[in-house]
Amino acid sequence: MSEYLSEVVDHYNQWITIFLMVAGLYVVVARGNMVKKLVGLSIFQTSVYLLYISPGKILGGTPPILADDFAVYSNPLPHVLILTAIVVGVATLALGLGLVVRINEAYGTVEEDEIFDKGGSE
Amino acid sequence: MSGGQMTSLADQLPALQVALPLAGAALCALIDRRYVCWAISTLVSFAMPVIAVSLLLQVLHGGPVSYAFGGWEPPYGIEYRIDVVNGFLLVLISVMGAIIMPYARASVAAEIPENKQAWFYCMYQLCLAGLLGMAITGDAFNAFVFMEVSSLSMYVLIAMGSDRRALVAAYQYLILGTIGATMYVIGVGLLFAMTGTLNFVDMAERIVAVEQTRSVMAALAFITVGMCLKLALFPLHVWLPNAYTGAPSVATAFIASTATKVAVYLLLRYYFSIYGAKFVFGDLPVTPILLVLSLAAMFAASTVAIFQDNVKRMLAYSSVAQIGYITLGIALATPIGLTGGIVHLFNHALMKGALFLALGCVALRIGNCRIDTMAGIGRRMPLTMGAFVVAGLSLIGVPGTVGFVSKWYLALASIENGWWWLAFLIVASSLLAVVYIGRVIEIAWFRAPTGATAEATEAPLSMLIPTWLLAAACIAFGLDAELTAGVAARAADALFAGLVQ
Repeated sequence: MSEYLSEVVDHYNQWITIFLMVAGLYVVVARGNMVKKLVGLSIFQTSVYLLYISPGKILGGTPPILADDFAVYSNPLPHVLILTAIVVGVATLALGLGLVVRINEAYGTVEEDEIFDKGGSE
Repeated sequence: MSGGQMTSLADQLPALQVALPLAGAALCALIDRRYVCWAISTLVSFAMPVIAVSLLLQVLHGGPVSYAFGGWEPPYGIEYRIDVVNGFLLVLISVMGAIIMPYARASVAAEIPENKQAWFYCMYQLCLAGLLGMAITGDAFNAFVFMEVSSLSMYVLIAMGSDRRALVAAYQYLILGTIGATMYVIGVGLLFAMTGTLNFVDMAERIVAVEQTRSVMAALAFITVGMCLKLALFPLHVWLPNAYTGAPSVATAFIASTATKVAVYLLLRYYFSIYGAKFVFGDLPVTPILLVLSLAAMFAASTVAIFQDNVKRMLAYSSVAQIGYITLGIALATPIGLTGGIVHLFNHALMKGALFLALGCVALRIGNCRIDTMAGIGRRMPLTMGAFVVAGLSLIGVPGTVGFVSKWYLALASIENGWWWLAFLIVASSLLAVVYIGRVIEIAWFRAPTGATAEATEAPLSMLIPTWLLAAACIAFGLDAELTAGVAARAADALFAGLVQ
């Protein structure tokens, strides 16, 4: 029993990642409000940041700067990748919100079912 | 210019392939004059095939070309790596761009508000850069970044459609496209955690040791779902019909003939070059899954296409069906089947490009693409609808057209596998295409023109010539498939051979 428990506790970063991933995806699917959908999408993308960054950290590791006293370094590459992914996420969110503003101007609502009632999609 | 400088320029071709449209897009955003921007993007679009073809020739004669971006040696830096597979794809994307740009001027002027036309060209070039980047790069994460560059600009292109429904279509595509891209990046993250590299060649070498782990298999599942969302494999295609219907004609023609193809390429890269065909198709049940979904796409989407009132929407559903043929080629997982899939990827771009360009001509003259208003339009615009008929026959797969070539390979591969029923189903699904294309041809040619159609005149030459270029290519490559099928066969061989020499 305690083996299972430590298995769960030791990988707590992965559990948070999976929770955010599934919660975000659920919000995208379950919500009809277009802004809330985008919030869900952002949460979904955020889970990926954690997925990349947490394995890059080595316990007891230092930043990868060469020095005599340190031999164990954390991997800096995931941070750089995720910096790019954050930029992509911000751009996606901005464009999505921009589209929602335009949709609100054109239809007078941001609720998906009301838009479909008005012939938003055939 | 001295000889030394010439060779150094030739060495930089892989970088220029992506950097030129990026620079063009930035220029367009700064200048904001519609005809100047059109001129810039036409110039850039004409330069692209020159670069792509010379790269492909280099690859065909001297093997894969590797380019270390910024001088950082692979696998540490980002590598641009061109082999026969993506060389072929680069040629396809850039040629489509070059054919569509002269057409764009009149069509964009008619369909998009004046103050947004410059931005249309800006977004088009960003999209072009993103697609070419996805094809050319040899780095898993770089492919993701380019995927998002192309996708985000594509959402904008779609939202520029004149109907307010285009906005909803763009939003839906943004949601699903982002989920797809995020799934892909999750898969890459898992692979990166297991192999410690992002370089395709390096990854292919290192994956062998960890192939049987759960993480690597989960990565394959994430990448498959993500890319299938992007390439609109049934039933993940729901974004596609609305997006293609809502987008401006030029954007539809460009997106339909390039965007889904690049996603197919990336999937091929992972299946064959990184994981290896033996692992994906031998150890894992990818063949039955892809086979069932491809067949579902071929039949369900074709059937839905028959009942559409908007011809643009009908062709969008037809695209979903045609993607089914491409993935069917992948599912067969034999050199001949894969050749069929790759050659159909090229052929489908030609015919869908021609069909959507012909519809753009129709939209220019009568303002929409509804089938009832198109009655008798063949008598008023014989050249436009002539191209539609030629490309439509290709879509059906009439002998002598490109559609026949790809279906021939697919049928051959099914028989080779001993699956006679599959060859039969390929022919049967073509009959559905006869129905939906035949319906348009009947209404367009054998009815009396009414309303706006009665006064319609032939589209301007700047639009007719690109349309007919593609329609003629449908015949030319159908009669002589040596070039396309030959390169596709070499691409299939290269995929089966793998990256690690």
